[in-house]
Formats: sequence, structure tokens, C-alpha cells
Amino acid sequence: MSTYLGMPTAPPGVGHLRGTQPFDIAARRALGNSQLRRNLANATSTIRARRAAVVGELPDWEALREAGRAIKAETMAHLDRYLEQLEEQVTARGGTVHWARDAIEANRLVTGLVTDAGAREVVKSKSITTDEIGLNEALAAAGITAHETDLAELIVQLGHDRPSHILVPAIHRNRAEIRDIFLREMPGADPGLTDAPADLTAAARTHLRQRFLAARVGISGANFAVAETGTLGVVESEGNGRMCLTLPETLITVMGIEKVIPRWQDLEVFLQLLPRSSTGERMNPYTTLWTGVTPGDGPQRFHLVLLDNGRTAALADQVGRQALHCIRCSACLNVCPVYERTGGHAYGSVYPGPIGAVLSPQLTGVEENASLPYASSLCGACYQACPVKIDIPSLLVHLRARHVEERRQRRVPSPESVTMAAAAWVMASPGRYAAAQRAGQAGRVLGRDGRIRRLPPPLSAWTSARDAPVPPPETFRDWWRRERGTAQ
Amino acid sequence: MRIALFVTCLADTLFPGVGKATTALLERLGHDVTFPQAQTCCGQMHVNTGYLQQALPLVRRYVEVFEDCEVIVAPSGSCTGSVRHQHAMVARRYGDEALARRAEAVAARTYELSELLTDVLGVEDVGAYYPHRVTYHPTCHSLRLLGVGDRPLRLLRRVAGLDLAVLPDAETCCGFGGTFAVKNPDVSTAMLADKMRSVLATGAEVCTAGDSSCLMHIGGGLSRLRAGPRTVHLAEILGSTRDQP
Ligand code: SF4
Repeated sequence: MSTYLGMPTAPPGVGHLRGTQPFDIAARRALGNSQLRRNLANATSTIRARRAAVVGELPDWEALREAGRAIKAETMAHLDRYLEQLEEQVTARGGTVHWARDAIEANRLVTGLVTDAGAREVVKSKSITTDEIGLNEALAAAGITAHETDLAELIVQLGHDRPSHILVPAIHRNRAEIRDIFLREMPGADPGLTDAPADLTAAARTHLRQRFLAARVGISGANFAVAETGTLGVVESEGNGRMCLTLPETLITVMGIEKVIPRWQDLEVFLQLLPRSSTGERMNPYTTLWTGVTPGDGPQRFHLVLLDNGRTAALADQVGRQALHCIRCSACLNVCPVYERTGGHAYGSVYPGPIGAVLSPQLTGVEENASLPYASSLCGACYQACPVKIDIPSLLVHLRARHVEERRQRRVPSPESVTMAAAAWVMASPGRYAAAQRAGQAGRVLGRDGRIRRLPPPLSAWTSARDAPVPPPETFRDWWRRERGTAQ
Repeated sequence: MRIALFVTCLADTLFPGVGKATTALLERLGHDVTFPQAQTCCGQMHVNTGYLQQALPLVRRYVEVFEDCEVIVAPSGSCTGSVRHQHAMVARRYGDEALARRAEAVAARTYELSELLTDVLGVEDVGAYYPHRVTYHPTCHSLRLLGVGDRPLRLLRRVAGLDLAVLPDAETCCGFGGTFAVKNPDVSTAMLADKMRSVLATGAEVCTAGDSSCLMHIGGGLSRLRAGPRTVHLAEILGSTRDQP
């Protein structure tokens, strides 16, 4: 067994990778929110149906998934090489590459770049990674105002809220709530604003247009970075991203190191996989690709910040590194029965849902997000949907094992570890096993009308909502022995 | 054919009727059923809760107990899934490549009940009689880990007297998930509530599945609410005849 100690993880106290409560507690509160439950059920079932339709029409979908998986696996195996190639190419084409070890370093870098450009305001787009590191807070501390320009991010920002979905950060809001937020927070919003989608987008458009035209610095994330050409890519639906990427004089892109892909041709695979998996579209409306700086066209200064923040630690885990293959399509969220009921906030991280449950604990260290690997019934719907075939259920089990093993190394006993050890000891011997079965039959006294309504802790968690079966008077093996003797 | 029964610790201890029905069914079809008595548990609960090291002796026990058997059947999608997809992984994690190879060989001969019947024994009409309205819940591990597809439905459609009702949103998890049900009881219950609503919408008296564990969860919820429908394992339906209901 290899250990993963020593690799730097995402530092605490900055950014949004850790919740304030364990998942089960946060989930309980979310489950009590009827409006949230309805919004989520509607939104996820709509996206699920759309995705299923456009995936179903491709005869080579499984081959595409396999191609996506293979490209990602090969990239991770040579990540160092591809990143250096990317740096060379971006530099050769007039961009500047910065390496950020973690959130603190990245925030300092970006804040410095914005200040150097003499800007007090920035426009932002497609930047979940900057939310991971808490960039807006860092900019605010330096007196710089960041304007989110993706519609859903804008709703979240104006609502003083947190995103709850990778692709649809305001999925927990419905139209009426969005209208209220706009009326309250948008300077000069028309008091007669209705909650019709066209009206809401028109209001956002007016609000954003002024900011796009005034901004001198744009900050973005990236979906892909092609090592062989130094090209960055963003896919989106609204066109706001494109304005953010093309109008300002200075563009700063903050990208996790795992987003690099080796070849231009690899885009062929991902540009098919991503829109179908995320929005359920055959093709996304806007794909913006840019390479360094083009004199007289678009931003004249381009900075690429390559962020680690725990990714190398994930890479060091040969099983866990699969989580770095993620292309953030959010298909796994939309099919997840747990996510559909709790929403994203319960996960406490900018990366919610199944992928968040395997990514966040690796970025922060498992102990700091220890409840997340258990936030799944292991139903496997995520694995089935994932366009790059990340085996999320196996990763969840692997991270649970890492958690248990790390605790054992630090000699932290728990009632559970004692129970599990005892159960394994019992199960390892047919004699002990049969004795335990007989002891369990004492539980028959708890039964009434063939059911048990209340059990002591920890099994009280079972009987809080479910009856338990009364142990039968005779186990199967006793029946067999009585009927057929001890011969097999 | 000589078929070794891996009854699973849950059926052995709490649902012996599932083991008896599997035995009766296979014997009715003319096969020899054996029950290696040194068997205990596949270790799935340990693996899925993160206690892989504790599962290692259970993997070794399973391999040793069933290694000499030609064909092994388990009336459980998730236990079969554990044998097939986890045993070798556990052995490798602790550096026992020889055990991993042996585990793979035994796993290749271990079948879930509906797989055994349709793929190995080549039957769909097992001569069963079950005069009830029944709905079938495809458990996640039989559906996605094993890929049993419509095998259970093909078997159920041939049961005399059985009125098969289609379960809405059938492929959504019921919320059991092993220790998930006690570690995240609120989410588990929320998922259960939706599954029960689907079951009730069918008007069925019986909800069936290939896993006693998920049925214990769904059945426990239905029983708590006095909702009406009961849960019955697929083996018990296929094991029923006019003479021995
Ligand atoms: S893990 Fe897979 S399905 Fe989930 S967001 Fe990432 S790429 Fe999409």
C-alpha cells in the first residue's frame, strides 16, 4: 500500500472546498426545504431526459467515451510533460504562464496582475476554479470588484448565495426567486419586471452590457488547454463568456493543471462528449478558442495561471487520480439520486454531487472532507453517465478505505471500526458466525406482528423510518442441517 | 447440473425462505443443489464501508469454500457483484496476486439467480405459479454492476397467474446502499419515499427484486406506513407452484 502523505493539499481557510458541517447533517436541513426539492427534481429530470435523447442518437457513444477516457488517462500519466509543452507554446505566442502551488498563491498572483493593469473592476466568466480558490473574496480584500457574468453565477452573486451545481449554479432557484433577487439587487431594475425567462435574461443583459464595455480586465476559467498549440478553450451557451474573453485589454485565465489535453485533434472527442453530457445539446452555442495574443484583435495581454491546489496529491494516488479526468459536464450530478434530493450546498464544496464526493476530499485531504465519500448509495448511475467513464463508485469505496486506513494509522478508534472488526472476526469462522446468528435470534423478543419498530443505536437510524424484520426461528443453515444433515 | 448455493449471510440469517425457495426451484428443474456449510459472508459490507483489510479473510474464505464448485449461485445481485467486481481488487490491494487470480476464477463461475436460470440453464419458464399483481424493482447492483437487463422480467412474464405491473422510475435507487441507510438515514429515507410512491402507483400487492437487502429496506418502509404492498424475493416467486405456493 502506498501512502499519500507529504503531497501538499489545498490549504484551509481560503476558498470553497470544505463545508462547515458533515454531509449527513447539512443534507438533513436541505431535505426539509420543499421548494428546493421541487426545483431540483424539475431541473434534473429535464436535463436527464435531454441528455438521454442526444446520447441515444449517437451510434458510437460508447467508443467516444472510451476515447475520452483513454486520452485523459494518457494525459495524467505524462502530465508534467504536457504542462511544460503548454507553457512553451503559450509563451511562444505572446502569453505569460504562472504556476500557482495553491489557492493562496493563485489569489496573490491574480490580484497583483489586476492591480498592475490599473483596474478596480473585473468581469468574470466560466470560473468555477476561481470559486474553488475564493478569488472574489481575495480581490474584494484588495479593493477590486468582481462581476460575475454567466447568468446563473450572476444570480448567485446578486443573491449573496453559493453555487449549488457545476453547470447550473443557481439550479436551486426558480424564476420567481430570481425575479425577486434582480429587483432587490440590480441597480435600476424595472419594477415591472416579470418572471418570464425572456424578461429575466433581458434585464441581465442590460445590467451586464455596461460592465462588459467598461471592463479592462477579464478573468476566466478554461475547459481545455491544448499542449501542442498553446490554445485555450471555453465552451458556453450564453455568449457572455465570449465577451469576457474578447473585450477586455487584459485576460487572466485560471486553470487547474488537469485541464490540459495533448493534441488539437483531441478536441474532436471532447467537443462531442461535453455538450451532449452537460446541457443535452448536440453542440454548444459558443466555443471560444484563443492562442496567446493576436495584435489588434482581442486582449493584448494574456496571463495563464496554472493551479495545483491539491491536484498533484490526487495524481499521486493511482486509483484516485481518475477524478482528475473530469471535464465538469455535471451529468453525474443530474443522474445522482442523492444530489437530486439534497442539492449542492450539502456537499459544502464548489464541486458537489458524485464527482465532488471524490474530488473535494482528494484536494483537501480525506480527513477534512471525511463525510463526502459516504454521501452515496453506490447505485452507479454516475459511472453509467460519465462521458469519460470515471468509475465513481469504485473511487468512493477507495476513498472510504483511505479514510479508514488513515484513521487506523493514527490509531483513532471508533464504534464503527470496533463493530467492523468484530463482524469480520465473526464472519471469518462458520462456528462463530452460527453462534452470532443464534444470539441475534434473541432479537425475536423485540418483534410484534412480524416486525420490529424500534432498535437500539446505531440501528435506531434504521428503525427511525423503517420496520426491521424479526429474525426467523430457524436460520437457513439450521434448516439445511435439520433437513439434509451435515453433508453438503 | 450440480449447483452450489451461496445463500448470503443476510438471507441465511433473516430471510431463510429465499434460500429454501432457491433450493426448491433448482431441484424442481432437475438439478443437484449443494450447500457448502463453511460459507459465511462475501464481505461486501466491509468493502463498501471502507474496511477492505477486514474483508480480506472473507474473500479468502469465499474462494476456499467455493473453489471446487463447478457453478455457484447467489440469490443476490449485490453479493454476486461483490464477488465479481471487488474480491480480486481487495486481494490485490493487499498484495496477494495469487489469491486475486483464484478469486477471479471463482467469480467467473458465480451467478446471480436470474443469470443462472436464463444464461446457464437456458430456461425462462420455470413452471411457477403466483396469482398476484407484482411489480419488479431492478436493484442497482443487479442492473448496473451485473447488467442483468431484462432477465428477471423475462422470468416473471412466464409465471402463471402473475399480473406484472411496470414500476415507474424503476431504475432509480431505492436508497438502501448498505451502511448508507444508517450513515445517511435522512437521504436514504427521502429516496425510499419516492420508491414507495412508485410502488404504490402500480397498485401491486407485491414488490419483488433480486436482493433481500433492498427488499428489507423497501419492505420496512411499506410496513412502517402500513401502505399495503409487501416485498417478496424473486426466488420465492419463481419457487412457488400450484402445489407449493
Ligand atoms: S465526473 Fe464525469 S459525469 Fe461527473 S462532471 Fe465529471 S466528467 Fe461529468
